[in-house]
Amino acid sequence: MLEVTNLHASVAGRGILRGIDLSVKAGEVHAIMGPNGSGKSTLAAVLAGREEYEVTAGSVAYNGRDLLEMEPEERAREGIFLAFQYPVEIPGVNNAYLLKAALNEVRKHRGEPELDAMDFMALVKQRMQVLHIDQDLLKRPVNEGFSGGEKKRNEIFQMAVLEPKLAIMDETDSGLDIDALRTVSAGVNAMRSPERAILVVTHYQRLLNYIVPDVVHVLSDGRIVKSGGKDLALELEEKGYGWIEGVAAQVGA
Amino acid sequence: MTTLAPAEAYADAFEAVRRTAAAPDGVVDLRRRAFERFTALGVPTTRLEAWRFTNVAPIANTAFTLATPAEREAAKADTAPHALGIGAGLLFVNGRHVAPASDVSALPDGVEVLSLADVLASDANETRAAVEARVASGAGIENEAFTALNTALLHDGAVVRVPADTVVEQPIQLLFITSPPPGGEPVMTHPRVLLVVGENAQVRVVESYGGGDSPYLTNTVSEVIAGPSAVVDHYKLVRESPTGYHIGAMHVRLGRAANFSSHAVTLGGAIVRNDAQALLDGEGVECTLNGLYLANGSRLVDNHTTIHHAQPHCSSHELYKGILDGEARAVFNGKIIVAIDAQKTDAKQTNKALLLSEDAQINTKPELEIFADDVKCTHGATVGQLDEDALFYLRARGLGLEQARSALIHAFASDLLNHIAVEPIREQLDDLLLADLPGSGGGSFHVC
Repeated sequence: MLEVTNLHASVAGRGILRGIDLSVKAGEVHAIMGPNGSGKSTLAAVLAGREEYEVTAGSVAYNGRDLLEMEPEERAREGIFLAFQYPVEIPGVNNAYLLKAALNEVRKHRGEPELDAMDFMALVKQRMQVLHIDQDLLKRPVNEGFSGGEKKRNEIFQMAVLEPKLAIMDETDSGLDIDALRTVSAGVNAMRSPERAILVVTHYQRLLNYIVPDVVHVLSDGRIVKSGGKDLALELEEKGYGWIEGVAAQVGA
Repeated sequence: MTTLAPAEAYADAFEAVRRTAAAPDGVVDLRRRAFERFTALGVPTTRLEAWRFTNVAPIANTAFTLATPAEREAAKADTAPHALGIGAGLLFVNGRHVAPASDVSALPDGVEVLSLADVLASDANETRAAVEARVASGAGIENEAFTALNTALLHDGAVVRVPADTVVEQPIQLLFITSPPPGGEPVMTHPRVLLVVGENAQVRVVESYGGGDSPYLTNTVSEVIAGPSAVVDHYKLVRESPTGYHIGAMHVRLGRAANFSSHAVTLGGAIVRNDAQALLDGEGVECTLNGLYLANGSRLVDNHTTIHHAQPHCSSHELYKGILDGEARAVFNGKIIVAIDAQKTDAKQTNKALLLSEDAQINTKPELEIFADDVKCTHGATVGQLDEDALFYLRARGLGLEQARSALIHAFASDLLNHIAVEPIREQLDDLLLADLPGSGGGSFHVC
């Protein structure tokens, strides 16, 4: 589904990603771990189409198409969903408007009829129940005045409504208490399916107790320095990122 | 056709009004005094502080003749986009009341919605006496050139009188359309609106301005007198064509515990100047002046407001928001005067501008003159661009760039839109902001 080859990206002239290779198949959950500044969030942003990042080399194929040629909205309509590390507050735009507009854009793109208000509400209510989200949320402006946990839950809720093919979770666990972490993880796990791939970007192993990955990659200094099974996350937790920097030195050598 | 100098055109217009527009002696005399004042003052230049950022040379250099009655079909075409379909109202085409197009039959007993020309030409009666007394005060003619010109050429407009203890449920729309002559010669109109609301009465009035696609000037003066505990909700929709100039003054006097709100919405016009002046002339007045202005191309929109707190325990709230694209320019000047006796005044003023292009600009200035010592006055101004993070967030959810921009622009204006109680106006603005707003600056805001 996703083939990242030798991806280099920089922001304001500073190289952040320095040759990422990554292959994700439908049905798989991949975790990308790494210390601060290793390029985790940059990778997520480049995949979602953030324009501040300049891709200087390499390629990204998504279902056989050149992802880097696509505008952010086209990527979203093609089924890529980025759960933001810092969901943006948008006063004056309410959640219902955003969700309905987003969902109908995706549906139009797939050649499906747009949902009317009633069908939309039925769908949304069902998803809200699963995630224990209060219906008032729909009338509230997007993320405005939300707590950190509410913002993250709202991201997962949007994902549940939009049903992406490739979900990228950018540090969805950061700032969550254990209850919120469980709710969010349950929401993500409920979406695991043979047709869908999930990329979990995280600093800590904690989240991976709840969302158990098939593959773990460790990112350091803009490169994937180690990949392995779910046990790699535990090993990393035990030994710390210092261990990985040693590995990175070997890889670089 | 011979070419007139602008001053000659004004003199001809004054002569024509003097000869043809019947009026009581007091008004005839007032016109004469006003024309003398206008002649002395001249069209303002940027050397005057109140016009420093608003260059009206294109108006000063044009010889506008008084608009004459329009071709019926042309007038219809120019009028259609502006009708709100809200029942009661008066239609004015080229400065003259067009009787058949107006329907004021459903109004409560005692409410008068009349053509000013009809009132002035009528035999002496209570209405005429009241109108004459009101108009003859000559508000603004000493210092305001355009108000003096409007008064000098005063002949038609709307008179709305609501007796005490009367609630008018339906909004009243006063629609002023300029339908320029086929040859496109520059024409002008000088509508006058007089809104008198009695004690404990309630009314909602919409003034709409628009016109066809050749040069014209709308120079309007509105006077609002609200009695004790009256509730007045006033809307002004300026949707002049891209070739239209609009100069509008509103003088408001509010009695004890009156509640007045104004919504000045400017969507069109090459140069638009809205002057709103409110005198809070009794205790416990609530005065709200809100404004929303959109401009693109090389348009200029200027909102000047003055709120004069003359009595204690009054509050005023002011929120103006502007959305500027292309090379558009805007001016906001908010003056708040708190008289020495006006203790416990609570005044809040906010102006926010959203600049969608590099070349758009705004000059914003608060002016506070506070003579009382126990008051709360705040003011704030912000100028910003669309939030890039929010744009990306919306696009990352699948919204196209244009749709994402529109959503954010609409969001910027949403608190003002929520205060608009006339449904068709809010719907038009919603549609305009969400659907039709151009991103490039090449489009036209007035086509809503």
